[in-house]
Parts: sequence; C-alpha cells; structure tokens
Amino acid sequence: MSIEALKDLAAHIEATHSDSVRASQIVVGELTLLAERDHIISLLRFLRDDQQCNFETLIDICGVDYPERSDRFEVVYHLLSMRMNHRIRVRIRTDEETPVPSATVLWPAANWFEREAFDMYGIQFSDHPDLRRILTDYGFEGYPLRKDFPLTGNYEVRYDDLEKRVVYEPVKLTQEYRNFDFLSPWEGMTSQIPGDEKAVSEEASE
Amino acid sequence: MADTIHTSIEDERKFTLNFGPQHPAAHGVLRMIMDLDGEVVTRIDSHIGLLHRGTEKLLEYKTYLQGMPYFDRLDYCSPMNQEHAWCLAIEKLLGVEVPRRASLIRVMYSEIGRIMSHLLNIGTGVMDVGALTPITWCFEEREKLCVFYERASGSRMHAAYFRPGGVHQDLPQALIDDIASWCEFFPTAMDRVESLVTENRIFKQRNVDIGVVDIKTIMEWGFSGVMVRGSGLTWDLRRSQPYECYDELDFKIPVGKNGDNYDRYVCRMEEMKESTKIIQQCIELLAKEGPGPVLPRDSKLSPPRRGEMKNSMEALIHHFKLYTEGFHVPEGECYAAVEAPKGEFGVYLVSDGTNKPYRAKIRAPGYPHLQAMDHLSKGHMLADVSAILGTLDIVFGEIDR
Repeated sequence: MSIEALKDLAAHIEATHSDSVRASQIVVGELTLLAERDHIISLLRFLRDDQQCNFETLIDICGVDYPERSDRFEVVYHLLSMRMNHRIRVRIRTDEETPVPSATVLWPAANWFEREAFDMYGIQFSDHPDLRRILTDYGFEGYPLRKDFPLTGNYEVRYDDLEKRVVYEPVKLTQEYRNFDFLSPWEGMTSQIPGDEKAVSEEASE
Repeated sequence: MADTIHTSIEDERKFTLNFGPQHPAAHGVLRMIMDLDGEVVTRIDSHIGLLHRGTEKLLEYKTYLQGMPYFDRLDYCSPMNQEHAWCLAIEKLLGVEVPRRASLIRVMYSEIGRIMSHLLNIGTGVMDVGALTPITWCFEEREKLCVFYERASGSRMHAAYFRPGGVHQDLPQALIDDIASWCEFFPTAMDRVESLVTENRIFKQRNVDIGVVDIKTIMEWGFSGVMVRGSGLTWDLRRSQPYECYDELDFKIPVGKNGDNYDRYVCRMEEMKESTKIIQQCIELLAKEGPGPVLPRDSKLSPPRRGEMKNSMEALIHHFKLYTEGFHVPEGECYAAVEAPKGEFGVYLVSDGTNKPYRAKIRAPGYPHLQAMDHLSKGHMLADVSAILGTLDIVFGEIDR
C-alpha cells in the first residue's frame, strides 16, 4: 500500500466524517485515525461498509494506559480489508468511568477483544452483551495491565496440604523486584544545564 | 467430563456438560460449558485464561531483547514464527535493514515452523476422529525438525534464535545440507500419511460438511490463515503483504472449496508441500549468495565479535551496554503481522523512546477462531465439537498469553 493511496484514503474518510475524526496521521506506512469516542460506531460502520474503505475484518481491539492523562485510556482498533489489501488503525480516548460504545453490533468478534480490554484495564463498554472477565482467574481483583498495577500482582497461590486445597495469600517477595532505571542522565542532557535559566532571567531583568 | 445436570424435570434431554479444562481433545487447557439438547450442541461458553501468564505485562518490564523469548512460549508449536513478528515490529520502528542472508534464514525457519505446526495439528486432529497411526508418523518428521531447531539455536522448542535486525548465529553448511536432504524425503513421508487419511471413509464421514465456514463468518469473526483459505479466499500475508523475501519466492497458495473441516485438512497438507518448496528455494539462494553477515554490521543492535572484545575497550562497553540496557527504540507505534501457521499473528507495539516497550499487544490468530466456537458448533453433534476444535488449530499459549 503506497503512501499516496493511504493519503487519499485518509482524505476520503476525513471529508465524509469530519465530525468523528479529529486527526489522521501516516507513520511508518500505517494510517492512524484519532477519533471521537461518541461517534466511534458510526465511523467504524462507515469504514466497514464504504466501498473505498471496505475494512471488513476486525483484527484487534486493545487498550493502552496513560495514567498521566485525564482521559487515561486509549482504545485502539485495528481493521483490515482483504479485498482492498489495506489496514487502518483507529484510536479513541476514554477514562475509567465513561463507557465506550461496543463494536459487537458491527462485528461479533469484538466480543472477546472488548472483554479482554475490560479485564486488563477496566475499560467499560456500553451495550456489550456479556462483559465478563476473560483471561484472569475466577474472582480476580484489579486490572493487571494498568501501569499502577504491580508486575508481581497482589496475591499468590499455593496448595495447602493441611486444608487440601489451593489457598490465596498476599504476595511475599524474598527479594524486591528490581526494575532498573536505564535512562542515563548523560544521554538525556541538553546543552542547557539545570540552573542556566536563572542566568538568563537575570540578564533579562537587567 | 463430569457434572451432568438435568435443568428441569420436564425436559430431560437438556444437559449442561463441562468439557475440560483437562481433556485430551481440548488441545490444552480449555474449559467449555456446553448446553446440549440430547446430543446436539445448543450453546458453548468457552472459559479461557487458564494458561494466562501475563506476557504483555512482562514485556513492558523487559528490554526489547529480553522480551523476545516470551514469544517462543506463545504458540509453542511454531516458536520462531512468533519471534519473527516481534522482530519485524521492532525493525519497523527502528528502520533497520535485515541482511540478505539473515532474511533467507528467517524465511527458511519460519517455513520449518509452519510444517512443525501443521504436522502437530494434522496428527492430533486425525487422532481426535479416531485414527491412531498418522500421529506417530507426523511426530517422527516433527522430531527431525526439532533437531534442526536445536542445531541452529541450541534449543528444540524455545529457540530464541531471531534477533531484531537478523538472526543470532549463522548456520553451519552441514545443517543446511541436512535440511536439503530432509526436503527431498519429506513429501514421500506425507504421501504415506495421505494414503491413510485423505480418502479414508471414516475420516471423510467425520469431517466433510462439519464446521463449515462461509465468507460472512470469516468477515464477522475476524478469521485469518487456513480458516480463510479453506473457504476459497486466496488470502495469505506472505503473498498479499509480503515481508522479508517472500515476494521473490515461488509458491502456491492452496485454497479449499467448501470451508469445512476436510478442506482445511487438505489445505494444511498442501501448505506443507509448498513450505518444503520454499525451504528448498531458500537453500538454493543461500548457496548462491554465499556467506555474509546475519546481523547488521556496526550497529547498536548487534553484539561485537568475541575477538574484537579482547582488544577493543569500546567493543567491551558496547557488549555490556547491549545486554544490560539494550537498545532504545524511537517513539512511535506500529503493527507488524506475519502469516503464522495458525493465521495472522500480529504485534502492536507502542514505544516511548526508552529501552522497554510502553505497550505490546499480541494479536493471536487463535483468539478470534476460538471465539467463533459457539457459532461454528451450534447444531452439530457433541462428537463433532472435538473435530471442529481440532481444525481451528488453537494453542493455548497464544490465546491466553
């Protein structure tokens, strides 16, 4: 898929759905649409049914967590058109409370992908037929792929020989998990050394 | 299988049956709660996640290089194909060129992986419907391929052989020669399996017109790979969105007609023969190109040679930095997919410019396939469930991640 063809496609989508597409970008040969959460279903329906787009296959739905943002989650849709042989990515933003309209009305395949996003991040999907946890244990608490969830988890299990069953206990680590910070201060350093800004402001005041 | 409950006294034909999580036909740890009307399946609720190891979470805490071995453990029937997707995603963001020789070796081992996966699937799939001999013949061949894995990487299964930018080590010529002589013999071995299975009456009765996948199902349920080709669509990422050197290679894409279990079996059988041809072409090209680098030279991605490290301080520092800090991947996002034996295996990678991925989402082909289990099995008999499950070609390593 050439860059020109992707540009044409992006222009076509933006022209017809200017209200639901905030921006589009083409990076490393991939087209990404930044879309509005509330209009996502109409946009996805258009992408699926329009002759020029024809994205009939839902490849993936996943969440991404950016805890520092006010809308902390991104929901990323990957679509593929086997007929036109091109791909597209649609990104929307949401927070912990606001539900995203479920894409199950368009593709039944969205069911498990959205269940997974709910399981891993706690992203809510409205009008989902069966929003249960999917990959984690029965009775699991918390959302494991959130950035503030510890890598080691909160509970560990073992078989208790006295009780003759598997018991859940809070995680006890014999050694603290070592997450090395590899970001070297030397590489991140710019020509401006901390404290330089004072000199500039003094000069300016003179 | 246990727990049969009569839901009501009036309707004694209705059962709820618990299939798995430990069941030989479940191909792993799958728990299915099946509602039956007599012997006819009315609803299937699949419970997955019993093999969930948090691969995506772990990847966020490891450098790009350290994350690579986790991909072997996803679809453990064809480990190197998964590594390939991970390497392609990293290379896409880094913008590195893979050396020619490395590219050929990667394609060769991806095809070996494809044959490994199909051999396992056909062997066990045929056993699910009652044939006991083919699995032993398939595993005999698979064993030889495991040895090729071992001779290249040191490990029969969890190879960790591919690297961003190429492969870890060059192959010795003796190994390439042995693969070439195996390719000569392999089609004969498959003919023997085919003579037992393909025209077998019982096998046909169990598989023809069972689990029919139509075009609508493919589009609605996000199918890929053999699940698509079995229904007559010529869709193969190796051909339509070529990566590595697949566009130079000559191979056919076998497609089915009816999209049933039987057609998918035949597709896999033919695909193995095409893969053998690809391997042979790679061997020819390797001989023609002659020796060369398998990792980009003078790059931050590849370790310095041992000899250099004895003499050069910079090389030693580079080696230390590469294996502790790793390399930094520029900020951005990308999606890279390969045609894995089971379908489209993709990696969605979000990088924040550090040495660790910010987010790595693994798109496993088996996930949407298994999801459609309810749709495909509805109205079929209980005994067909395991036959359908077999041709979906699911592996829980990749579904549960």
